[in-house]
Amino acid sequence: MSTSVQASTTDSPAVPERDLFATMALIRAFETRVAELYRDGEIPGFVHTSLGQEGVAAGVGGALAADDYVATTHRGHGHCLARGMDVDAMMAELFARGAGICHGKGGSMHVADPSHGVLGANAIVGASLPLAVGAGLSSKHLSQGRVAVAFFGEGAVNQGAFHEAVNLAAIWSLPVLLVCENNIYAEFSDSRTLTRVPSVVDRCAAYGVDAAAVDGNDVVAVYELASAAAARCRAGEGPFLIEAETYRWHGHYEGDPQPYKPDGEDASWRERDPLEVSGKRLTAAGGASSEELAKLREEAGARVDAAIERARSLPAPDPEEAYADVFGD
Amino acid sequence: MSSATEAPAAERRYIDALNEGMATALEEDERVVVMGIDVGAGGGIFRVTKGLYERFGPERVIDTPIAEMGYVGAAVGAAMTGLRPIVEIMFMDFVGVCLDPILNQAAKLRYMTAGALEIPVVFRMQTGAGKAAGAQHSQSLEAWFAHVPGLKVVLPATVADARDLMLAAVRDPNPVVFVENRRLYGSKGDIDADPLPLGKARVARPGEQVTVVTWGQMLRTCLAAAEEGDASLEVIDLRSLAPLDMETILASVRRTGRLLIVHEAIQDFGAGAEIAARVGDQLFDELRTPVRRLGTPTVPMPFSPDLEKALLPTSKAISTAAEALVAEG
Repeated sequence: MSTSVQASTTDSPAVPERDLFATMALIRAFETRVAELYRDGEIPGFVHTSLGQEGVAAGVGGALAADDYVATTHRGHGHCLARGMDVDAMMAELFARGAGICHGKGGSMHVADPSHGVLGANAIVGASLPLAVGAGLSSKHLSQGRVAVAFFGEGAVNQGAFHEAVNLAAIWSLPVLLVCENNIYAEFSDSRTLTRVPSVVDRCAAYGVDAAAVDGNDVVAVYELASAAAARCRAGEGPFLIEAETYRWHGHYEGDPQPYKPDGEDASWRERDPLEVSGKRLTAAGGASSEELAKLREEAGARVDAAIERARSLPAPDPEEAYADVFGD
Repeated sequence: MSSATEAPAAERRYIDALNEGMATALEEDERVVVMGIDVGAGGGIFRVTKGLYERFGPERVIDTPIAEMGYVGAAVGAAMTGLRPIVEIMFMDFVGVCLDPILNQAAKLRYMTAGALEIPVVFRMQTGAGKAAGAQHSQSLEAWFAHVPGLKVVLPATVADARDLMLAAVRDPNPVVFVENRRLYGSKGDIDADPLPLGKARVARPGEQVTVVTWGQMLRTCLAAAEEGDASLEVIDLRSLAPLDMETILASVRRTGRLLIVHEAIQDFGAGAEIAARVGDQLFDELRTPVRRLGTPTVPMPFSPDLEKALLPTSKAISTAAEALVAEG
């Protein structure tokens, strides 16, 4: 469906691109180090990194108000960081420590922080969609004025949960922002082979929900589209879907050897690294010097390294923790 | 209806007590909403929600599409963000298309977030064999839910509990699976002045020789067996499977030395097996006879009323089993 919401291609002075760059740098540093730590056996369980997709997390995250809701996926570290989740508590959780944000009971796939509106990463593909619809229902019925964002991949669009959730958001006209990160791969499979209608925007049209595609590797384009879409949601105009076209640098999970990616595809996407795209624009427009950008990336790396050192020093959870929080009183 | 069978003014039907429980919950807390297929303007397929839509409006009593995955998931998301939904799954059998929001979301999100998220949601499910509804509209699946940590499972057997357990479930900060047997909908009874809390079993009829533990619709059949047979039965209405009030069961079995567990659900791997195991574990030396169970044989529920009757536990089968226990030791 065509839409009245369009991302501006021109730089707007209102766009805080330097901040968006800093968020992307933090996500890049976090995911890069987490991939290494997982490879080295320091982080247990399953880990799914969002390297290459930082533009979507930072662009959408930066466009939201502080108390907006976010429900995300198994590949959710970037979304959580972009919403301000504490880096130390998040890293400690990945290290399975008692001081982790979920006391060591969630892990990479379940980091959550309701105090920042983050309803959690989620290990069930498509689950974020109905949950975000419910958050939108709360926002509308309790007049909270909060937008509920569902992040999901294009792989989830083949789940029934997507279709049921989009339809519910539409008929109830809820303030739900649906953000599809189309990174081409549904686990090991090329998504374009799994549907006759690869465009998520086109599929969304069937539900009467406005939608627009955006270059997910251009953080400013994402930010502008998400800002306009969130404003629409807040104005009571109902849901909106963003299809952010991007690419997953690493495998479905860390360690996935990715034999399914054609030669050259990865390299061609890395040429459009979202940090490089933004960095070039910032330096060209005088928004920041390359030295300043390098410093932002160094600071992000140092922040993550400090969180790692802290996490390493923390004790394992008390065994009693396993029995806590099953039920509330 | 003849005047001889007309209920006194204080008596209500079970279905009206359910309705009254929901109405009171809606009245006392504006965060409470009722959701489900035709629960609103239609008043519910069994008329359980009759009049609520007119009284509380479409924003509080919400009709949904036939899309259980979507709207049950949305109810869970709404519960995470401030609402207290009572969501109806029209037939318990239909939970097959919306298990994820119950199993992986509602039951686990409090735990996985170390208590940061609270999920106060009631999943109303109607069940009941004996109405020629066929194998996809007759199943008693309560043991599935009792097997999942994080879910409470309540099964009101009386008119008083239809109202009181509904209110207790809505006020509970945890997800509650609320099982209604439609054969009870027309049953009549009084309301308790002093309701028992959720999690407490009730001695429905005191007796000396055999403890009979049951729940839901089968309570009536067990009470009839106690009237008809020669053995003195102490009938315990469990009211909830999770929490399971073992204290009341053990106290009774310590006196009688004999235990018979009766449920409408399939006997094999049913909740009766768990109770039998716990009693065997804790009272082995005090049992006069082996623990016995009486449930439905392991076959899908057939359509023919004659075949249904052949499978479901009858009062005669219960009294015979109890008398056999007394004869045994």
